[in-house]
Amino acid sequence: MNAVSSKYSRKDTGWRLFLKTIIARAYPRIIGQQREVSWLLFEVVMPMLAVCSYVFVYRALKAPEEYIGFVVMGGAMTAFWMNVLWSMSSQLYWEKETGNLALYIMAPNSMMAILLGMALGGMVATAMRAVAVTVFGTLMFAVEFEVTSYLQLFAVFMLAMIALYGLGMMMASAFLLFGREAWHMANLAQEPIFLASGFYFPIKSLPFWVAAGASIIPLTLGMDAMRQLVFPSGFRLGFLDVRTEIIILAILSVVFVAVAKFLLAYVEKLAVREGRITESRR
Amino acid sequence: MQTSTSWRSFRMAAWLGWLIESNWTDPFLFAVYSIVKPLSGAAILVVMYGIITQGNFDSALFPYIYLGNAFYIYVGAVMTGVSWAVVDDREHYKTLKYMYIAPIYIPVYLLGRGAARFITGSIAVIITILTGVLFLKVPLQVSEIDWLLFSVTLLVGIVMLAMLGLLLAGVTLTTARHEGFIGEATAAALYIFSGAVFPLDVLPNWLRPIGFFMPTTYWLELLRRSLVGNVAQAFPTLSNFSNMQILGVLLGLSLFFGIVSLQVFKVCDRIARERGMIDRTTNY
Repeated sequence: MNAVSSKYSRKDTGWRLFLKTIIARAYPRIIGQQREVSWLLFEVVMPMLAVCSYVFVYRALKAPEEYIGFVVMGGAMTAFWMNVLWSMSSQLYWEKETGNLALYIMAPNSMMAILLGMALGGMVATAMRAVAVTVFGTLMFAVEFEVTSYLQLFAVFMLAMIALYGLGMMMASAFLLFGREAWHMANLAQEPIFLASGFYFPIKSLPFWVAAGASIIPLTLGMDAMRQLVFPSGFRLGFLDVRTEIIILAILSVVFVAVAKFLLAYVEKLAVREGRITESRR
Repeated sequence: MQTSTSWRSFRMAAWLGWLIESNWTDPFLFAVYSIVKPLSGAAILVVMYGIITQGNFDSALFPYIYLGNAFYIYVGAVMTGVSWAVVDDREHYKTLKYMYIAPIYIPVYLLGRGAARFITGSIAVIITILTGVLFLKVPLQVSEIDWLLFSVTLLVGIVMLAMLGLLLAGVTLTTARHEGFIGEATAAALYIFSGAVFPLDVLPNWLRPIGFFMPTTYWLELLRRSLVGNVAQAFPTLSNFSNMQILGVLLGLSLFFGIVSLQVFKVCDRIARERGMIDRTTNY
């Protein structure tokens, strides 16, 4: 009996291989990352430090208490944006740097499955950190929540995550073509997105077209809808009504995931043709 | 004429650091990056302030927040820049071991690498302050600036931040999986305890002593006082102290942290050499 025909050796193809690839790629993010306790600590402490800073700024300004809640929520959601930037968008670039990308492409599985696995794993792992930030922030600053509809809240959150990680998959494909500028591009996409997407304040405060343009980032409308559903005064400060935002998020989810698939295929072909799969342009 | 090893180490490291910081893209994109990032960070605070105060930018709190945030850019740039040079050279370029065997002084080399971040940080600070003065009515009058106090404070502060960066660089030499977080976490923590964007009085009583022990608290306070004088002195936190008293405290704390930094770096450097960490790569 050899390895190929032995009891535990089975060649999966089709949807089984697709699913196994997703699970295999998600595994390091869900399980492996939790093994490094210091990472858990840093990835909760870092957003909490930002939350504390902005909370104290609002306290210095004697802002209404719901703004403290906005900051706590925004701090939790920054974990997702940072995960999309650094663990999705930049991931294929880093895989290229460490030499794994060529192996991914040579392996008999779908790159889309690999990206989906990254997305799923990142979403789950980051959700744990976001919950920790929310809990700590709520306890430290006595934030009060008043959820008006759990169903809508769940729908908003899930659609925002699907759309966000679809965007992350698109960006991962684009970053594949970058060299050293990938790190700087990801670095550049932090503060401007925090500003335009209203992580720490209602986006209704921004000019309409700025807020509308920022709505292409799923977290913009996601957070706006969640504020309306979770804080008593949220409806006064909402950009659009919750139902409209849910519909837009659903459209973004479909569009981003579909575009990610086509973009990945195109960029992979381009990278292979131009020899960028193993290139390291440091 | 033979230049001293220290000056040569610093000069070449600064030049190398500048090349690394600037040659990843064309000048236009580099300029956009240098402008957009700091202004976005400042704009978040401006929008938050504008929402709550209904656009009252004449209050004394606004220049306090704005200038504190602007100069805090140096903390992230210089302090993190010095420590990040270890990560860059060891993990990304894999040249740290060659730096160690080259005829240079490593601590001075690392400080030189931080010099490049000082330059990029200065660009960001100047742009942020100019934007504030031109568009947001930050009450900064060139004729009323205490240039001597400003220059001395800035110089002392930059040296202090560079030495703190050296301390972090030493710690980074002996760590493998968290080095990316060390500089950022320290800068983020100092942001809260330095009174950068809110007076220390806002902190709970039991946290305020931490802020009073940080040299950055006095550094930022003196910078504000040198630029906007009476406005900065309107807040009770350090209002009982004169400029000279605060400068004395800043110098004392800077000297203290400078000595601690050098000792910590020395110890960490020895540990890293003994354990073969200089040329270790971890792919993190």
